[in-house]
Amino acid sequence: MKYLCLIYGVESVVGAMSPTELQSLMSEFNSFTEDIKQSGHYILGQRLQPVHTATTVRVRNGKMSTTDGPFAETKEQLGGFFMIEARDLNDAIQIASRVPSARYGSIEVRPIWDMSR
Amino acid sequence: MREQVDAIYRTESRRVLATLIRLLGDFDLAEEALHDAFAAALERWPKDGVPGNPRAWLVSTGRFKAIDGLRRRARFDASLAELAARMQNGGSTLPAADDESVEDDRLRLIFTCCHPALQPDAQVALTLREVCGLTTEEIAHAFLIGPPTLAQRIVRAKAKIRDAGIPYQIPARENLPDRLDTVLHVIYLVFNEGYSATSGGSLTRHDLSAEAIRLGRLLLALLPEAEVMGLLGLMLLSESRRAARTSPEGELVLLEEQDRSRWNREEIAEGSALVEQALASRRFGPYALQGAIAAVHAEAPTSATTDWAQIVGLYDVLARADPSPVVQLNRAVAVGIRDGPEAGLALIDPILEAGELENYHLAWSARADLCRRLGRTTEAREAYQRALTLTRQEPERRFLARRIASLD
Repeated sequence: MKYLCLIYGVESVVGAMSPTELQSLMSEFNSFTEDIKQSGHYILGQRLQPVHTATTVRVRNGKMSTTDGPFAETKEQLGGFFMIEARDLNDAIQIASRVPSARYGSIEVRPIWDMSR
Repeated sequence: MREQVDAIYRTESRRVLATLIRLLGDFDLAEEALHDAFAAALERWPKDGVPGNPRAWLVSTGRFKAIDGLRRRARFDASLAELAARMQNGGSTLPAADDESVEDDRLRLIFTCCHPALQPDAQVALTLREVCGLTTEEIAHAFLIGPPTLAQRIVRAKAKIRDAGIPYQIPARENLPDRLDTVLHVIYLVFNEGYSATSGGSLTRHDLSAEAIRLGRLLLALLPEAEVMGLLGLMLLSESRRAARTSPEGELVLLEEQDRSRWNREEIAEGSALVEQALASRRFGPYALQGAIAAVHAEAPTSATTDWAQIVGLYDVLARADPSPVVQLNRAVAVGIRDGPEAGLALIDPILEAGELENYHLAWSARADLCRRLGRTTEAREAYQRALTLTRQEPERRFLARRIASLD
C-alpha cells in the first residue's frame, strides 16, 4: 500500500537552529532517505520551502482568487513529505516514526487512494 | 441437535470468527461466513452427525462459502474475482485444528480492535462487538448511546481498518508493551463502565464488568504478562465488593460502611493471588499497584483495621508510575485518613487549584468530606454542592444530597 507521510513542525524551531544543528538534521534526513531507499519503501520525498513562500489558489463561481500564504494558519506547518510503499499501516507507522523531525513535530500518515480497486 | 449447535455456538463462535477474519482478511465477510457456517451446520449435522472437530469444520465451511460467494458476485464485479482467487490460494495456512493458532487468532483480533490508529471509543465498541460477541444493541444500551450512533462508530472503525491498511497481526516484540497498554486500557474502560453503574441499573451494566473480566482472563491465557495479571487481579478485587456497594434500596454504600461479610471471598482470593504474582515478577505497573491497594482493603476484616500506612506507601509508588491527578487525589484521601483531615486537605487543595480535576465530582466530594471532618461546615456544604452539579448518576446524587442535609 502507498502512504503519504506529511511532515509537520513548528517552522521557527528549525529557524532557530544553529548552522551545526541544521547540518546535523540534514544529514539525519539524508541517512533516513538512504535507509528507506535500501529497504524498498521510498517512492518520493521532498523538503518544502517555508510557508511564507506559499500561495493559495481557490476558484469559486468561476472566479479565481489567490492569497499569500498557506491555506490555513496552523500551529505546525507542512515542511515536507515522503511517499512510501509499505506492507500495511504498522509498517508505515514504523517508517514515519523514524523521520528525524518526528522527534519535535508530527508526521501525518495518510493512505493513498488505490485507483485500481 | 439445536441445543448442541447452540452450545457449540456459545463456546466456539468467537474463536471461529477470529480465524475466519485472518483467513478472509475482512470483518464483515468473516461475520457473514460465520453465520453461513452455522446455518450449514444446522442443516448437515442432523444428517451427518456432529463432526469430531466442530471448530475446524465450521472454519473450513465458512471459508468455502465466503470464497464461493465472492466468486458468484465476481460475475458482476471483476475486482472480486481477484480477491476470491487470492483467498483461495494465499489461504494462508489451512484452518488448523490446533489450539495454539486459534489462540493466536484471538490475540490478533484483540490487538487489531485496540489498534491506536482507531479512536478510543471505537476500540471499545469494536472489541465488545468482535471479541466478546455482544450485539450492537447491547453495547449501545450499556454505554447509554443510541444504537445507530454506535453502529456508525463500528462501521467507521472497520472502514478505517480496511482503508488505512491496519494489519491483522500480533504486534512485534518491541511494540508489544505499548500496544498491550492500549488493550489493557480498553478492558479497564469496559470494566469501569460496568462498575460505576450501581444496581437498580440494568443487568447489562453488570454484564459489562463480567465481560471485562472474561476478556482479562482470555488475555492472560494468551499473554501471561505481569500487567495483565495486575489488571485481572484489580478487576476481581473490585468486583468482589459489588454486592456490598449498594443497599437493598439501591443506595450507595461507601467502602468504610460496607458489610464485609457480603464481599466475595473467592474473587478476593483469586484477585489477591494474581496481584501477588504480578508484584513478584518485578515487571509490574500501575494496574498491579492499584490491585495491591485493593488487596490491602480486601484483607482488612473491618474498615478500622485497614492498613492505611501501607496504602499510602503503595500510592507513593503508584504516583511515580502514573503521576495523574486522579492518583494524586486518591493518595491525598488516603493521607487524610492516615494523618488526619488537615494533611489530606493540604494535598487536595493544590490539586483542585491546578484545574485538571475541577469538573471531577469525586475531587469535590473528597474535599467536602475532609472539611466536614474538620467542622468547616460552610466549606463542606459548598464542596458537596459543587460535586452535586458534576454528577448525573442518581444514587451518587442522592448520597451527596443526604450528606448536605446531614450538615444542617
